[in-house]
Amino acid sequence: MKKRNGKIIFSEYTPGSGLKKAFELSRQDILFELKTSQLRGRGGAGFPIATKWMLTAAAKSDEKYLICNADEGEPGTFKDRVLLNEYPELVFEGMVTGGYVIGAKTGILYLRGEYSYLLSQLNDFLEGMRKQNLLGKNILGKGFDFDIHIFLGQGAYVCGEETALIESLEGHRGEARNRPPFPVTTGLFGKPTVVNNVETLATVPHILLKGGEWYARFGTEKSKGTKLVSISGDCENPGVYEVEWGITIRELLELAGAKNLKAVQVGGASGICIDESQFGRKLAYEDLATGGSIIIFNKERNMLDALENFMEFFVEESCGQCTPCRIGNVKLLEAVRQMKDGGIPESGMKKYFDLAETMKLASKCGLGQSSPNPFVSIVKNFREEIFHKTV
Amino acid sequence: MEFEDKNRAPVSQKLHTVARPENPDEIGGLITVQINEKKLSVPMGTTILEACKQAGIHIPTLCHHEDLCIAGVCRVCVVEVEGMKTLQASCAFPITSPVKIKTTSPKVRLARKTVLDLLISEHYGECYSCVRNNNCELQTLAKEYGVDGYPYGHVTEPKYEVDDSTPAIVRDMNKCVNCLRCVRTCIDLQEVGVLGALYRGDKTKIGTFMDSPLNEVVCIYCGQCIDRCPTGALHANDPRDEIWNAIDDPTKHVIIQTAPSPRAAIGEEFGLPAGTSLTGEMNTALRKIGFDRVFDTNFAADLTIMEEGTELLYRLYKKLALGDDSVMLPQFTSCCPGWVKYVEHFYPELENNLSSAKSPQQMFGAVLKTFYAQLAGIDPKDIVTVAVMPCSAKKFECNRPEMNDSGFKDIDYGLTTRELAQMIKEAGIYLPEMPKSEFDDPFGDASGAGLIFGATGGVMEAALRTVLEMVTNEKIENIFENANITPVRGFEGIRYAEIPITKVGKPPELIAKLIPDFEWLKGVTLKVAVAHGTANAKKIVENIKAGGKFSECHFIEIMACPGGCLGGGGQPIPTNEEIRKKRAEAIYAEEQTLNVRKCHENPKIIKIYSEFLTEGPLSEKSHKLLHTHYVNRGKVMLN
Repeated sequence: MKKRNGKIIFSEYTPGSGLKKAFELSRQDILFELKTSQLRGRGGAGFPIATKWMLTAAAKSDEKYLICNADEGEPGTFKDRVLLNEYPELVFEGMVTGGYVIGAKTGILYLRGEYSYLLSQLNDFLEGMRKQNLLGKNILGKGFDFDIHIFLGQGAYVCGEETALIESLEGHRGEARNRPPFPVTTGLFGKPTVVNNVETLATVPHILLKGGEWYARFGTEKSKGTKLVSISGDCENPGVYEVEWGITIRELLELAGAKNLKAVQVGGASGICIDESQFGRKLAYEDLATGGSIIIFNKERNMLDALENFMEFFVEESCGQCTPCRIGNVKLLEAVRQMKDGGIPESGMKKYFDLAETMKLASKCGLGQSSPNPFVSIVKNFREEIFHKTV
Repeated sequence: MEFEDKNRAPVSQKLHTVARPENPDEIGGLITVQINEKKLSVPMGTTILEACKQAGIHIPTLCHHEDLCIAGVCRVCVVEVEGMKTLQASCAFPITSPVKIKTTSPKVRLARKTVLDLLISEHYGECYSCVRNNNCELQTLAKEYGVDGYPYGHVTEPKYEVDDSTPAIVRDMNKCVNCLRCVRTCIDLQEVGVLGALYRGDKTKIGTFMDSPLNEVVCIYCGQCIDRCPTGALHANDPRDEIWNAIDDPTKHVIIQTAPSPRAAIGEEFGLPAGTSLTGEMNTALRKIGFDRVFDTNFAADLTIMEEGTELLYRLYKKLALGDDSVMLPQFTSCCPGWVKYVEHFYPELENNLSSAKSPQQMFGAVLKTFYAQLAGIDPKDIVTVAVMPCSAKKFECNRPEMNDSGFKDIDYGLTTRELAQMIKEAGIYLPEMPKSEFDDPFGDASGAGLIFGATGGVMEAALRTVLEMVTNEKIENIFENANITPVRGFEGIRYAEIPITKVGKPPELIAKLIPDFEWLKGVTLKVAVAHGTANAKKIVENIKAGGKFSECHFIEIMACPGGCLGGGGQPIPTNEEIRKKRAEAIYAEEQTLNVRKCHENPKIIKIYSEFLTEGPLSEKSHKLLHTHYVNRGKVMLN
C-alpha cells in the first residue's frame, strides 16, 4: 500500500495494532519500553520521551493535556507533513498512548496553519478512529476516555516552540514563556502538559509492538533508532527519507543524488551550515543534531545570499518580546547586507560574534538562541568566499 | 473573602508560583544557594533576583518592577546557573533545588553589555531633551555598564508619531524599550487592558486596540503606566509653558491649589527620602514662583464631604425612610477622575451610583471663579486656576466640557507633582531649604479629614467622621479612639467595615430641611467598603452586579490608583509598595498635628455655607456649582 520504505516508521504497520498493544501493557510497562528504547524528542531538542511522560504522569492534577506539535515551520522540514498525510494512524495512536500513560483525557494536534488542507482528511481519520473505538469514550473497552482536537496555527514560526504554542492555544500572542516552570508541570491552562513532535509520537506504536530493546539496536550510542530527514535543495531526489542515526552527510547526499556541492545546511534555518570538508560528519545528537532538515547548496550558490535569506526569515519570525532576538537578528541581517557589499572586513566581525554569542546565551527561547547558528557557521566555514573573494 | 481569579495576564508573564512552605524549617522548606562565593539559604520558590537581593548582590534590571507580574523579556538581569547551557533571567527563575549562580562571569558581562547596546541602538532621542533625564533606568544602566558608543548603530530618525491626543498622557514609542511594564500595569495591575504589544519581531510596538490614539480607546488616564515606565516613553501632558505664561501676564490672577498627596511626595524629586512632608516649604516656593494665591485643596475636600456626605444621607433617607426604590445604593465616591471614567466606560449602568458631587479640584475651581472672585473683586475671566495633583486623570477632568459651571473653565490647568517640582527647579529653588509658610485666606484652614483624602480609605474616613457626627450628635472620638477610623485604613486591596447605628440625634440645621429626622436610621448597620486600584474596583463592581455582599453596602470609596492618590500617576517616579506606605505615613502623621480634623468643623466651611451656599448642601446653588453628571462612554468608541 504505502510507497515508502524504512526500517521503523516507514515499515509495515497495521492500523490499530500499536494502540491495542498499548492497552495490553501497564503504564509502567510502556514507560519501561520507551526508556529502554532511549527514544528522544524529534523536534530538535532531543529530550527523552520516557522522562517527559514520566514527569507528567507523576504531576498531580485533575486535568492534563497531550499536545502533538505539528507546527512544522523550520524551513526545509516537511517530514511531519508526510507523516500526517500518509501515516496519521501512527501519530494519533501515539497520542492516545501518551494520553493513557500520563492520564490526560484531551489531546490536541496543533497543526501548522499552512497545512490547513490536511484538516478535513485528518478530522475524517479521527472520526474513523472514533467509530472503531480507538478514540473517544471507553477506548477498546479499557475504560479510558481520550479525544483529540485539531487546532490550526496562524502562521507564526515561534509557535513551534512549545511554550509559545501553548500561549497561542490559550488565545494569547505566540510568545515563549519563562522556563522553569516547564510544561510537564505547568503547561496548557497551567496544567501538566506533554508536547511531543509528530515524529516522536509516530515512533511509539512501533516501539510498543517490537520492544524498546529492538528499537535501541538501531542508531548510535547516544542516538537510537531512525530519523526522518527532509532533503531539499540542489539534488536529484529531494524528499523525505528514513535513515538510521549515525549516517554521514556524504551518505545522505548520495541518497539524494547531489553533485558539485559547496555546502549543506543541517537542521533548517536555525541549524548550522557545513562545507565539504565536514561531509564525513554524522547525523547524531552527539555530532550533528537535527530536527530533520537538510538543505543542499551546490557550487553555483552564493552563501551570503543564502545567509541573508535565513536572517530575513528570523527578523520576520522573531516574536519580538526579548531584546537579543528582537534587535539582534536585525543587526545580524544588517551585517550580512554590509558584508555583501564588502563593507565589513574580517577583522570587524568580533562584535557580531559577540552579538551572536549573546543571542545564544541570553535569548528567552530557542528561536533567538539558535537563529545566530547559520550566521556564525556560514561566516566561519566560508570565510574565504566571503572575505577574500577573487573576482 | 474569595474572588474568582480573573487575572488577565498571560501565564507567560506570571511568576511561577511555587508553593512556599509556611514553615521554612520543614524538610525542603529552605534551599541552599551559592551566589558567587556566598552561600545562603532561601525559602523554596524564591527567585534568583530576590536571593541576590538578600545576599546583598546587585543585579541590574529593566523589565522587572516590584508591583508587576513577571515578563523576563529585557534580558538585562541574566545570570549564569551552573549546569544550564544558557543564561537565566534572574527575575523569572524560581529556586526549587540547590543551585550555584554566577552574577558577574564573562558570559554574564558580555550578555548584559550587548543587550544594553542593542536597546540603546533602537532608543531614539537625546537624554538632555528628555523628561526623564537623570531619572531614567536605561540611562542608569548605560552608565553602570560603561556604554561609551553605539557598536550596533543608533537610530537617528523617529519611527513613530508621538501620541498626545489626550490632555493626560503622552506616548512616545520612539523611546520605548518594549519592557512591557505599561502593558502589565494596564492589563494585570489595573485590569483595564488598553495597552498591548502589537505586530511582531522588530516591528513590535506597544499600542492600543487597532493602534488608535489614546483618546479613542477605553483608557482611564490613571497614569499608572507612566509611573512604571523606565524611560521617557510615557509622560504626562505638561502644561508648564501655559502656566508660566499666565504667571508672567500681569492681567492674570493666577491661583494654585495643592492636593494632599503632592506635598507628601514632592521631596522625593529633590532627593529626600519618601515620606517627607513639605507642605509649608511648598507654599513659600509657590509664592516665589509667582502664584498670586496658594490655596489648600483640602478646603475643597472638606466641601466635598459636606456635599457628598449629605448626598449619602439623603439617598439613605429617600430609600430607607421614604421607600424610594429609584435611589441607587451603594453610593460610590466620585473624587477620582480615573475611577469615574472607568465606570463610564465599563459599567455605565452604574453611573447613578456615583455621587454627583464634583471632585475637590473641580469644586474649588467653581468656588474660586464665583465666591472668591466676588470676595476679591476680581473678574473671573482674569482668574487662572491651577491644580497641583498627584494625578494625570485630573488633567482630563478639568478639560471635561461640563466642568464650567461658573461660566468659565472651573480649573484651567492640572499640574502633576513631577511637573511642579520641575517648575520649582526652573525657578532656581531648592525646595527642602524653603522657609515654611501657611496657605492663603480666605481658604487658609482645612481639616485633617481633607488631608487624608490622599490615602486610600481617607475619603471614607473623612465622610464617616462627618456623617456619624451628624447622625448621632455624638463626638466621633467617643466612637473611634482619637477619631481614627482604623477599619477603613490600610493597604489591603479591598476593605469592608460595618458600623451599627445604635443611637441617633437631631439633624444639624444645615441639612434639616432635607432630612427632618434620623429615627429611621436607628438600628441600621452602616456598611461601607474601600478599594484601591481598578483591579480591586472591578472585583467589587462585579460582586455588586452578582448581588453579592457589596451590593448591600451603603457607601463605597474607590480610587483608581494603588494606594490611593498618594500612588497616583502624577507622583514622583519610582513608586512601589514601600514608597506608597511611607507617603501614607507622612499624611497620617501630619493629620495628627492638625487642630481641626472634621470637615464640618472647618471654620471656612461654616463660613462658605453661611455667606455663599446659604441654602446648604445639595441646594440649587450647590447643585449648579458643586455637582455634576456623567457620560455613558461605553467600551466601543466610534468617532
